[in-house]
Amino acid sequence: MWKGDALYLTQQLVLKDFRIRYRNMSLGLLWSFLNPLIMVTIYTFVFTEVFKSEIPFFPLFLLSGLIPFNFFVLSWVSATNSIVDNAALVKRTSVKRELFPVAGVLSNVLHLVLQLMLVVGLVVYYKVGFSVHWFWLPLIWGLELIFIIGLGLATAAVNVYVRDTRYLVESLTLVIFWLVPIFYSFEMIPAKYADIYQYNPIAALVLASRTVIFQAQAPHAALLWKLALVSFGSLILGILVFRRLQRGFYIHI
Amino acid sequence: MSLISCDNITVRFRQHGSRQLLRDHVQNAFSRRQGNDFFALRDVSLTVEPGEGIAILGQNGAGKSTLLGVLGGLLRPDAGNVLVAGGVSLLLELGAGFHFELTGRENLLLNGAVIGFRRREIEALAGSIIEFAELADFIDEPLRTYSAGMMMRLAFAIAVHADMNPILLVDEILAVGDAAFQQKCRERIRIMRRDGKTLICVSHQPATLADVCDRAVWIHQGRKVRDGAFEEVSRAYTEFMTNPDRQLGDTIAG
Repeated sequence: MWKGDALYLTQQLVLKDFRIRYRNMSLGLLWSFLNPLIMVTIYTFVFTEVFKSEIPFFPLFLLSGLIPFNFFVLSWVSATNSIVDNAALVKRTSVKRELFPVAGVLSNVLHLVLQLMLVVGLVVYYKVGFSVHWFWLPLIWGLELIFIIGLGLATAAVNVYVRDTRYLVESLTLVIFWLVPIFYSFEMIPAKYADIYQYNPIAALVLASRTVIFQAQAPHAALLWKLALVSFGSLILGILVFRRLQRGFYIHI
Repeated sequence: MSLISCDNITVRFRQHGSRQLLRDHVQNAFSRRQGNDFFALRDVSLTVEPGEGIAILGQNGAGKSTLLGVLGGLLRPDAGNVLVAGGVSLLLELGAGFHFELTGRENLLLNGAVIGFRRREIEALAGSIIEFAELADFIDEPLRTYSAGMMMRLAFAIAVHADMNPILLVDEILAVGDAAFQQKCRERIRIMRRDGKTLICVSHQPATLADVCDRAVWIHQGRKVRDGAFEEVSRAYTEFMTNPDRQLGDTIAG
């Protein structure tokens, strides 16, 4: 049994990822801003000039959907690959294996925080204004992290046995992209699907964020309960799957 | 009570293809072909008392590393019981997790966390580890600028400071580095042994372990063939290894 400092090791793994990613980029952290800026510019052009979308503050509306989705994709994929990517450490050290998927998710958080600053910038620019309900956002994001960690634990463990899992995950994210209200608003979803939509944690995060930002209201309680239910369900399931499968890591990796 | 006791442990590896794609799993599910099982360890029993220094000897592929893996909790045996009554520092690979783009110091902290140091421990020890590795001038340079020797010294220095657990499991790592540095590492290990640590060291060259182990266990094709005083077992092992037409039966009988 590994009796090390789990928190410290997680921090070191996240720092390692961050250092490797940014040290060799001449623009460094600027890329974290540039990428969504370019995306927003081109999408805004297409959706306001070509499709004539009526949604006000379209760039802000779009970013509040795109950023949660991008974070979900990046962190789920890094978590899924984390055990196989750290094969040497899994095979030759007794480090607590759960730490790799967790660090895989958390290593994308800095990137996320920088992108969220873009949202704050746009809120100031459009004079949408801040409200006390913004304090809900850390809670919603916390639930989202729990959801992704649970999901990532399960797929990371399965990926050791079936190496195509990562491609399945990548394909699934393309499907999920259209199931999250990124380009469209929740009001445009037909009523019969509205309820089921809220069980999708990525959609729930986007909906809750938009309620907070655009309506200056607290997210609906029902939505939060659904998000919490799915998030903790995912975490428990992820831990169970991981515990069950990790016995075979040494042989299969 | 013994610190470590293994009763008749057996580890079997199933010969599955190296690839693990969905296609292979589907094929396996539909084919009746039974994979050939390979026994990495067969009915190995071992009892270790606190403070012992044990060398695990054997040829490449004999099952030495698998035994360390079982003792360190990396894998569960398919049969038999393992009881380890104490924390274990598992040093199977020097510099596990080292990355070329990180500086020496960053690698030191990362590897330290992997080995099992707590934050305060490794931060307090960093200075003496760097000094031990003789790398004070280069510690903030990226690892990719290091020579192989410098990298080894850093990894060694961290490993020989890993004394937070009562049991040390070490794989083949004492056989590298230049003579003077090796001497320093041996000295550290002797100090750890004097302080009551239990050391289990794997090697295929017994000479490298002569001054840090007092007992030796010889593993051959997954079975324990000898267990006893270091000089005696290592002499038998060396004779067996240097004998061109070696027959295990003769050596054991003799």
